[in-house]
Amino acid sequence: MANPDDFYEALIDMHRDLDEAQSQAVNARLILLLANHIGDMQVLREAMIHARTEP
Amino acid sequence: MSMSTDSRTLQQRTPNVHNATSRMPTDYQNLRFSYQRPPDFGQSPAAHYPVVVVGAGPVGLVTAIDLARQGLKVVLLDDDDCLSGGSRALCYAKRTLEVLDRLGCGDRVVEKGVSWNVGKVFFRDDPVYQFNLLPEEGHHRPAFVNLQQYYLEGYLHECASSYPNLDIRWKSKVTQMDNGDAKASVTVTTPEGDYTLSADYVIAADGARSPVRNMLNLESKGRVFQDRFLIADVKMKAPFPAERWFWFDPPFHPNQSVLLHREADDVWRIDFQLGWDADPELEKTPERVIPRVRALLGDDVEFDLEWVSVYTFACMRMEKFRHGRVIFAGDAAHGVSPFGARGANSGVQDADNLGWKLGLVLRGEAPVTLLDTYAVEREYAADENILNSTRATDFITPKSAISRVFRDAVLSLSKHHAFAQKLVNSGRLSMPSTYLNSPLNTADTDNFAGLMRPGAPAADAPVLTAHGGRQWFLQQVGDRFTTVFFTDVYSPAAELSQAPVMQVLPAGASTPSHANAIVDVDGLLAARFDARPGTTYLLRPDQHVAARWREFDPTRVKAAWSRSTGQELKL
Repeated sequence: MANPDDFYEALIDMHRDLDEAQSQAVNARLILLLANHIGDMQVLREAMIHARTEP
Repeated sequence: MSMSTDSRTLQQRTPNVHNATSRMPTDYQNLRFSYQRPPDFGQSPAAHYPVVVVGAGPVGLVTAIDLARQGLKVVLLDDDDCLSGGSRALCYAKRTLEVLDRLGCGDRVVEKGVSWNVGKVFFRDDPVYQFNLLPEEGHHRPAFVNLQQYYLEGYLHECASSYPNLDIRWKSKVTQMDNGDAKASVTVTTPEGDYTLSADYVIAADGARSPVRNMLNLESKGRVFQDRFLIADVKMKAPFPAERWFWFDPPFHPNQSVLLHREADDVWRIDFQLGWDADPELEKTPERVIPRVRALLGDDVEFDLEWVSVYTFACMRMEKFRHGRVIFAGDAAHGVSPFGARGANSGVQDADNLGWKLGLVLRGEAPVTLLDTYAVEREYAADENILNSTRATDFITPKSAISRVFRDAVLSLSKHHAFAQKLVNSGRLSMPSTYLNSPLNTADTDNFAGLMRPGAPAADAPVLTAHGGRQWFLQQVGDRFTTVFFTDVYSPAAELSQAPVMQVLPAGASTPSHANAIVDVDGLLAARFDARPGTTYLLRPDQHVAARWREFDPTRVKAAWSRSTGQELKL
């Protein structure tokens, strides 16, 4: 990622003024969009394992 | 256990004399400077100076020294009679050290201070990653030097005192300003009454609350953060290395952040995040501070509290840094959060940018509009600093539950995933701005790779000189325009009056016999400037790149010099 701080700011801004349920829904939609973009089941399974196993 | 706070009332008063060569080290924190009646007190009409600088902090001192070096008569006013107390700014970045080197005061700061390049980040009790801010060899100065601000100010003050044309006046408070078309008038209030000075230019380096800014009914606007931080300067023998350590949510200070830095004299600086609800007066008491420090250090480490303070901060700036004959610099012009050490460092860079421009204008060698480019370039830098320090603050202090979730997710991934380490933001540490869109730049017409674009601060590298053997490149340039000409063989013909030529011979060439030639002894200069034989750079007096070409063409260099001194400005 060339500009990690730009990405992180945009990510947090995406949630501005949302309540918890809305934020959860936005996150879920974002994950689905990104998964569709990645499109590789093996990569997605790996990412899911990493996401679940980190403390 | 000894303890002092902001209060200076308990401190011993010492006379206004010091001797840098005496065996007893100077106690800069307790130095007092007596008011002395200036020769022009009560003079009518008021005495006139080219420049009056308001505020003898680091920014005012650097500005005054830079102008005095150029032979200008300068008055430096300060409302107090002492230097800063406590560690305060603490971290001086490589670029700041290079500016101090140019002014001849870098060595003492580096010798006394603690040099460091490495930062470590911990999440809870787990080290998650470390970064090196200067991962390559071949630079004179480290990424950072930590030093209590009173040492920096003390050294700068001694340097300033060596200029007979620089008059430092303590206990001299500016209480009235008239920003006129023909001149600026300043009313100075002293222990024996008021007097007036007039000046071509007034530099307001009078800090975040800037009385001068208020007198002109100007504002600095931005975002105030609802958080409080405790600084404890702790004297102890500790096993920590000279590195920046940052903890998110550590077990010894749960749910908050902690930052640890080493200072000179076996003093350590610890910043504890307290949250907005903390009571600043209560939190400064030893009964509250000592248990916090003990929680970090453990029960068996002996320590003394040197200085304690609680701070809040805002990211803000003035809309314009130049208002006619009054020019704002440092915290008076812009404020940042402390994560990234961008306050004092950006202020010194303001002074670096302003000094040569003011000199040219006052000597009649450049149009007055050159001063507007100080504002343009440093407003751009302020925006960059504010953006970086705001982002760091938002990461360190998440403003919403979901922001906290993402932050903790980033931290938990960062131990094993390199991409997540890049997202961890414990402060993006001060880097000098590249003035990409400055009207003083001459746009590239030839192809170049690398960082030395017009507007960039020149990179350092080791060189051989005719005088001193192995030296550093940045010691050979600055204070004036310099044409840097990379060539295989010394060329006696290359000369330019506006910007004297420094010829760079390739690695392997013998020690130069000409004062205006250097050898790129390790080949690093050519690598960092993407240079080959013929490559020519024009550097400004503040060592920023003004222009570059693949061939040495005196006509083009002259045109770029003319542009960079503001002769072509249409602001």
